[in-house]
Amino acid sequence: MRFVSKTAAAAAALGCFVAAAPSHSETFRWAFQGDVQTMDPHGLFETMTLGFQRSIYEGLVARDENMKLVGALAERWENVEPNTWRFHLRKGVRFHDGSAFAADDVAFSVERIRSEGSDLKVVAQLIEETRIVDDHTIDFITPAPNPILPLQLEIFYIMDREWAERNNATEVTSVKGGDEGNYANLNANGTGPFTLESRQSGVKTELVANPDYWGEMKGNVTQAVFTPISQDATRLAALISGNVHMAYPVPVQDWQRLADADGVRPLAGPEARTIFLGFDQIRDELLYSDVKGRNPFKDLRVRQAFIQAIDIEAIRKKVMRGASVPAGLMVAPQVNGFTEALNDRPPHDPAKARELLAEAGYPDGFAVTMDCPNDRYVNDERICQAVASMLAKIGVKVTLLAQTKSKYFGKVLAQNGYDTSFFLLGWTPSTFDSHNPISSLMACRGGEDKIGAFNLGGYCNPRINELAALIQSETDQAKRQAMIDEAFRIHRDEVGHIPLHQQPLSWGVSEQVDLVQRPDNVLDLRYVTVR
Amino acid sequence: MPAFLLRRLLQSVVVMLTVALIAFALFRYVGDPINNMVGQDTTLEEREELRERLGLNDPFLLQFARFVREASAGEFGLSYQHRRPVRELVAERLPATLELSFVSAVLALLVGAPMGVYTALRRRGILSRGFMTFSLIGVSLPTFLIGILLILFFGVILRWLPTFGRGEVVAIGWWTTGFLTASGLKSLIMPAITLALFQMTLIMRLIRAEMLEVLRTDFIKFAHARGLPARSVHFRHALKNTMVPVITITGLQLGSIIAFAIITESVFQWPGMGLLFIQAIGEVDIPVMAAYLVLIAFFFVFINFIVDLLYFVVDPRLRADKATANGQ
Repeated sequence: MRFVSKTAAAAAALGCFVAAAPSHSETFRWAFQGDVQTMDPHGLFETMTLGFQRSIYEGLVARDENMKLVGALAERWENVEPNTWRFHLRKGVRFHDGSAFAADDVAFSVERIRSEGSDLKVVAQLIEETRIVDDHTIDFITPAPNPILPLQLEIFYIMDREWAERNNATEVTSVKGGDEGNYANLNANGTGPFTLESRQSGVKTELVANPDYWGEMKGNVTQAVFTPISQDATRLAALISGNVHMAYPVPVQDWQRLADADGVRPLAGPEARTIFLGFDQIRDELLYSDVKGRNPFKDLRVRQAFIQAIDIEAIRKKVMRGASVPAGLMVAPQVNGFTEALNDRPPHDPAKARELLAEAGYPDGFAVTMDCPNDRYVNDERICQAVASMLAKIGVKVTLLAQTKSKYFGKVLAQNGYDTSFFLLGWTPSTFDSHNPISSLMACRGGEDKIGAFNLGGYCNPRINELAALIQSETDQAKRQAMIDEAFRIHRDEVGHIPLHQQPLSWGVSEQVDLVQRPDNVLDLRYVTVR
Repeated sequence: MPAFLLRRLLQSVVVMLTVALIAFALFRYVGDPINNMVGQDTTLEEREELRERLGLNDPFLLQFARFVREASAGEFGLSYQHRRPVRELVAERLPATLELSFVSAVLALLVGAPMGVYTALRRRGILSRGFMTFSLIGVSLPTFLIGILLILFFGVILRWLPTFGRGEVVAIGWWTTGFLTASGLKSLIMPAITLALFQMTLIMRLIRAEMLEVLRTDFIKFAHARGLPARSVHFRHALKNTMVPVITITGLQLGSIIAFAIITESVFQWPGMGLLFIQAIGEVDIPVMAAYLVLIAFFFVFINFIVDLLYFVVDPRLRADKATANGQ
């Protein structure tokens, strides 16, 4: 049981009357639908959790308010040899407990993400070994040339070796095992702009500004209080009544309400998450269809018919209230490797679609079951309903199976043998680089290269696997871009998936604060100003 | 008496085991917890390894036996989501729920009982009709709607009361209380009213109906005829005789206040057991769900037990019958 310190209690009590006394409010309060899952920076690879920890811990590199990659604990970095990245570390940085930051802490953190409970093993695999050159220089040796390593390290935060050793937290907090009391799960000691003041999981987490922070704070927040509020209505009421300064996500259908209310505004922007449809193209007979003995989705014409049957403008206007950005590619414009020229979609043409279906041997269409989550993406179930009704117009009878995210993912993902015929999924590349979706979503799965794990439909063109390997290690940016374009073009021509749109970010913000909305739905406290 | 106690205890154990089995069986159909525990970049091998480590691949009966053995020792394992012992989480959240339930129950009794007596005595009074109309609203409106209406009116429009959470709490040992701070008390008002409203109207209607029944009986007429003061007749004789069903219902309702605090807690983001449970469902946090269901079942069984004992205190006939039956 953790106590709330007296000063924090007093400050928080003041904060309750924020609406009445705005002059006191350098305390920033915000709410999200779920909680930060752990304080351990290596415990969970999840946007919200890593985004929150960013205020406490820092990585070698970071992104600024324009999503540009900038130095954080590393001042600069260079690719000294094809397999070696050298990071020149910032001098004079101290952890919250006062100990100095040095190359040894970086080496330790790399070791730490290899430990059993780590969810950042994907990052660990990028680094074969570390070599400390001197106290403020460290080399990362990669298994193969890797031009995008710095991009991939943004979410890898550095922990102090002495602190971890002293508190018996040298291994990542695992879900089960002997380390249930792992100190790093509930406590934190980073180099970041905020220190952890108190935390009660699922209830409240308080941060206070770090007076000795090395970097620049663009905002003026001195204390920040985070509360998870799961009910949409309660979250919105908390925002409108002035109990919190910022709340997200706001349901798209409530934007008007926020716009009409005094002192708050909806803040929308395109998220870097692409929503798409996929089909089972690997089984000889679909699991959930009335077509027996063959798989209609193996026929390119059927896939083309599907994409032309979908009226993306109608989805944008009616379902997404004009807030989505229609997509032709599997990546968003913010992602490295995106090419505008490839982002157009084949025109919406139901007549043509019907023709294509007839050519493929399905003049009267067929029936198929569609898997869809109903609480994971913005209006996910409504999108699926819209798609089903559009496909009905070309004779395809879609039975919609929309369910909660844990049921949905439990059914369609690899551990259940990709149990789906037709599905809707969303993806944000964690590296903000195109290599990630090419290797995770588009490459043939089940091969020796162990990629394509989230290619749920089993779309397969071996050339994409070749390209994925090449893109991973190509250091010449122009050549690399050409390879990315080639992979995207193949995938597009073969309609491996049907990209729909980038969904909108949907935040509700009080007029009393200024902040920066990042396209990956992360709130960076350094850029928050309370007036 | 000891035989009676023993029989009741045995029944309780059977009930607890059944609840545990049903709860445990349900969990197999709520989805795959692994997905909520790992990120999108976790490989298949790591997922499978985690599944093996958590014992999710073991046969059903083995998993259940392990669950019962550990649960009876108060050990529910580690929460998948919070990565902390469930025991600690429950201990943290229990005070919030118990304080809310306690205040609601007291509120329901203190307001509901006098209203019930009043409406029974002054059946045609204007105030009585007002109470009856009000009780109809209380019985028929769903809890979450009442909560949201209160938030809208007192939180958003008037801005008198905080719309969510528990305010500042003071720790006394492992117990945290919101009774000692202004923000804690303010935060308690709306959730307590929301939770109490249904029970309040239920108690009122029950007492009214029972009172009307008793007031017609001969012994009340006789008491009046003897010239006893009205107040004494109404409260000492009539009200006391309505108590057996009232205690039963109120007792059982206390259990449901604790159990159905789920809705109120999630509307007000009240950091109690119910909210913990709702969050656990969303994340398929099986150990937390199991602990919650078993604990709530325990509360029900325990309260029932107390209610049975209270009959003996309230109703002298039961004691007399027993004594006669035992040949004393």
